[in-house]
Amino acid sequence: MITVARFGFLVLLWIFVFTVVGVIRRDLFAGARSGRLVAAPRMVGASTGQATAKPAKVKRGRAAHQLVVTAGQLAGTRITLGEAQITIGRAEDSTLVITDDYASARHARLVPRDGQWFVEDLGSTNGTYLDRAKVTGPTPVPLGVPIRIGRTSLELRP
Amino acid sequence: MTAPATPASSPATAGERPGVRMARSRRNAELSLLLLAMALVAAYGAMVEAKVLDTVTPGFWVPAATLTAVFLGVHLVIRFLAPFADPALLPAVALLNGLGVGFLRRLDLAKAAPEERADLAIFAGIGGRQLAWTLISVVLAAGLLALMRDHRSVSRYAYTLGLAGIVLVMLPAVLPPSISEINGAKLWVRIGSFSIQPGEFAKLALLVFFAYYLVRKREVLSLASHRFLGIDFPRGRDLGPVLVVWAISLLVLVFEKDLGTSLLYFGMFVATVYIATERVSWLLIGLVLFFGGAYLAYVLGDAVGGPFANFYLRAQIWLDPFAQPYDDGYQLVQGLLALGSGGLFGAGPGGGQPLLLPEVQNDFIFAGIGEEIGLFGLSALLVIYLLIVERGLRAALAVRDSFGKLLAGGLAFTLALQVFVIVGGISKLIPLTGQTTPFLSAGGSSLMANWLLIAVLLRVSDAGRRPVDGVGGRVTRPSGPPEQLHGAPTEVIKP
Repeated sequence: MITVARFGFLVLLWIFVFTVVGVIRRDLFAGARSGRLVAAPRMVGASTGQATAKPAKVKRGRAAHQLVVTAGQLAGTRITLGEAQITIGRAEDSTLVITDDYASARHARLVPRDGQWFVEDLGSTNGTYLDRAKVTGPTPVPLGVPIRIGRTSLELRP
Repeated sequence: MTAPATPASSPATAGERPGVRMARSRRNAELSLLLLAMALVAAYGAMVEAKVLDTVTPGFWVPAATLTAVFLGVHLVIRFLAPFADPALLPAVALLNGLGVGFLRRLDLAKAAPEERADLAIFAGIGGRQLAWTLISVVLAAGLLALMRDHRSVSRYAYTLGLAGIVLVMLPAVLPPSISEINGAKLWVRIGSFSIQPGEFAKLALLVFFAYYLVRKREVLSLASHRFLGIDFPRGRDLGPVLVVWAISLLVLVFEKDLGTSLLYFGMFVATVYIATERVSWLLIGLVLFFGGAYLAYVLGDAVGGPFANFYLRAQIWLDPFAQPYDDGYQLVQGLLALGSGGLFGAGPGGGQPLLLPEVQNDFIFAGIGEEIGLFGLSALLVIYLLIVERGLRAALAVRDSFGKLLAGGLAFTLALQVFVIVGGISKLIPLTGQTTPFLSAGGSSLMANWLLIAVLLRVSDAGRRPVDGVGGRVTRPSGPPEQLHGAPTEVIKP
């Protein structure tokens, strides 16, 4: 009897371990599914008749997923875009803190609206340029077009 | 594979606009895991009594039930205060803590005279004390969760905490040995019959400071470097802080005679620097410095003795524990014998001879438990530690601000390192040093500090997993400058 209990206890211990692993595994999958804005496997939504909770914005073609600094001191820095806006400037609480002599403390920001990113100048001294054009109001940013702030260039990448 | 789609656990998300991450708090999963863990603790208690007393007393379930009530309390606190916290952390910690209490009660039973065993009060002895400590620790952890609604708020007190940490580290070293020395290591502060180990709390305080410091300095540390042998080495002047911490940890080694604690502080710092900068060179520098320092201490201990003698002795025991099996090497030899006689499946709970082990309730609890549950059970416990650490690192990955990343990553690593130091010491992988086994060992300081650590991890994981658009009826963004991002995920790749 005691022997049975002994081994039973060990087995139970491992069952606990694997249950925890199971919970974590589910968690990982849930995170992976929703963290990246990719469509769910078609089978899942269709067969169960669920309302697909997947974003419509994906259908608009290639959405921007990264903001890459292509020139300037921070060249190579990459920011993964989420649903929150990106602020750019010398202020420490900016998302992208650039140490550029020609940048203002709160220079510009990038705001997502329905899957499209808009750049907006925040009253900077030296201005923000989308490719060659000075940004005056919220302007949609196409993929791969450089945003210039002082000596720094930024691009949206898929 | 399709099973976890979206069960009814998150009705709150139903009305969300599409595209919002499906947030699931997973609190129910936590609850069921917790109940499973507590069932294990109760089963352990029953088996111990069956073996030691030859009968299961009607009250065997009382300690387990008390623990269950306590942990259910934390579960409720998490439900309300950190609804998106990691579901695996609490049950895993609760199981370890519960098994610790169960094993300590088993020691009480073994110590009592056979005829008194059946009448042994449930809340007596070290088992009962540990139960009380668990209650206090859990209340403290819940209090921390309530006080610290946002982990970033602690960064405001970073310098205060850093100073407090250094004071706590140094306190036992400067106090006279009569107050601070137990078993050759000066780690305690004793007030009457009550002793605390300030170093356990210093860990947490220092880590907050490290995280804060490195968030501010990471650019300098990671960008300014020169390349040598294909590895980027930092500039000489940036080495300053790491050298300071190294010196402090060596001082700890010398004055507190404790290799484990010193390894812990230093490893903690090196790991956080590495997480902050992603430079392998920091790991290399850290390892070289530590091994160099330890070797130096060993050589000096041989030649000079004095403050280094304790370390030299421990290294000698480690190299050949069977040289003096009844003398200096007694503890380690008994530990090895216990693990060996446990074998693969152990003697069964209550079946071992833990009282032969010196300090079995403390440093050697892992060997004591190992004798009874065997390698099979011990590896389960180690995997549980691994899962706790993994969830901590996961929280670090998920959270969006660098301070939180460093804090959670550093804390998780510290926990892992502590388990490594003590389990490695017991199993003769590294020289044995007196570290507590997190959540298992008897002792209030360690239990409290580690529960506080878990509370911080829970808080950070809650922040990381919380959906951006505030599900759950609470506005998640503070008013004030909206979305002034400390928050968006920023990953710096190598230029």
